Amino acid sequence: MSELVISIRGLRKSYGETEAVRGIDLEVNRGEVFAFLGPNGAGKTTTVEILEGYRKRSGGEVSVLGEDPERAGREWRGRIGIVLQSCRLDPYLTARESLSLYAGYYANPRPVDEVIELVGLEGKADERTGKLSGGQQRRLDVGMALVGDPELLFLDEPTTGFDPAARRQAWETIAGLRDLGKTVFLTTHYMDEAQRLADRVAILAGGRVVARGAPEELGDRDNQPTVITYRGPEGEVSLTTTTPVETLNELTGRALAEGFALEGLEVKRPSLEDVYLELTDRNNGAVEQGVPLP
Amino acid sequence: MILHQFRYDQKAFWRNPASVFFTVAFPVVLLLIFATVFDGQTIEVDGGVEITAYYVPAIITLAVISATMQSLAMSLVIAREDGRLKRGRGTPMPAWVFIAGRVGNSIVTALMMLALIAVLGRVLYGVAIPWDELPAILITLVIGAAAFSCLGIALTAAIPTQDAAAPIVNALLLPLYFLSGIFIPDDELPSGVIEFANHFPIRDFFQAFFNAYLPGGDSGLDWGNLTVVMIWGVAGLLLAIRFFRWTPRSG
Repeated sequence: MSELVISIRGLRKSYGETEAVRGIDLEVNRGEVFAFLGPNGAGKTTTVEILEGYRKRSGGEVSVLGEDPERAGREWRGRIGIVLQSCRLDPYLTARESLSLYAGYYANPRPVDEVIELVGLEGKADERTGKLSGGQQRRLDVGMALVGDPELLFLDEPTTGFDPAARRQAWETIAGLRDLGKTVFLTTHYMDEAQRLADRVAILAGGRVVARGAPEELGDRDNQPTVITYRGPEGEVSLTTTTPVETLNELTGRALAEGFALEGLEVKRPSLEDVYLELTDRNNGAVEQGVPLP
Repeated sequence: MILHQFRYDQKAFWRNPASVFFTVAFPVVLLLIFATVFDGQTIEVDGGVEITAYYVPAIITLAVISATMQSLAMSLVIAREDGRLKRGRGTPMPAWVFIAGRVGNSIVTALMMLALIAVLGRVLYGVAIPWDELPAILITLVIGAAAFSCLGIALTAAIPTQDAAAPIVNALLLPLYFLSGIFIPDDELPSGVIEFANHFPIRDFFQAFFNAYLPGGDSGLDWGNLTVVMIWGVAGLLLAIRFFRWTPRSG
């Protein structure tokens, strides 16, 4: 059950003198949601556009659905779906017409009404796309990528610039893709997005993968010490421990016995955000040399 | 698949107020203005023709260029900068199908404009529709429409942003319409102007179309001017193949 859908070995990409991608190795299994997390300019879009066949790589090996994207043909394109980072729709066609137009490009499209339901646009199907809100347009973008019933979906920053409600709706749509059995390759610079949607995450900084794993294990978060803070008789206290259960038991026992309150008690594990900031900061030098993506 | 693409292109075209205005309404308005202002004059071309008989083929020429070169250059740049061309390239649809759909859309619109202006000219100004010349008229129109479509696609490479599309296209075409005798009749233009306009394909297409449209004459197909139009078209095609891009220039 670990069939490889994407496999990348030593991927490099330079624009003139600058190296945007500096040797990436990655594997994505069938049916998983994989998030590529990193700050702007880390090389996310460059990498995903190489996987989609839009850009040529400078070095390394890439296989997507068993083919090299640079040489893959129409049949291969029919098996992938692409949601670009920024792309508008024809404002003079309705949502349903836009989907029907794209359905005509594929050999075995998914029925248009089914796609409309999947992305939750039932009430808006006959509105011109120019009249849809940003969040609705983005869900239609996902629909346009789904209409060919692809095995693999690329989503490049699907919720950048969204208000919280629109993000939540987009997340529900993306989470629904997993239930359809699709493999999803997602780029994002939001930690919560990766945490919420992805089975596995790779953090990219300065064109290199600096951490990878399940969201809860990233940066060895499982084994990082826990920090306990409180105000007691001796004032502000901060304890760092690798055995939080024992430490807390001891602490509350002492508080009960001696009759003091543990005011402002907090027990903190490093969040994904802490790990992410720590990792990308450590690689900041490299980030600054990175080129802004065209 | 081309037909599928063409159907949706037609839909989007007719719903777009800007494209309908520039391609359909603008030529009609120009015909009404010129025919009214210069009513009753004769033009010293081909032994003297009524001014209205001059303007009908002139405005059809303009409408054909507008439906092809102008409309394609603008709509393709907008679609490119929207990222719509890039999105299309990520699907199994072959590139040529997309282009064929758009060019087909332009040529069909040009044919509709031929019918519309010819009928208006007949009804309003009594300019006979030269049925005998129909084969020559259609061949000339399709050659011109194809050539100016290629030029329009090639022109997109020189247009960096959506905002620049209309100014660049108009700055190029409007003066040439004037200089080529489409707005102001031939015999009122200094010969130097005509000389200059002869370097550009609008003048050649206009002459070829005028000769085809002129009733009774033995002119028919004007292969001399049509060859020049075709050479421009092929040049446009080569430039388009070399320089056309699917991905946005900005952003």
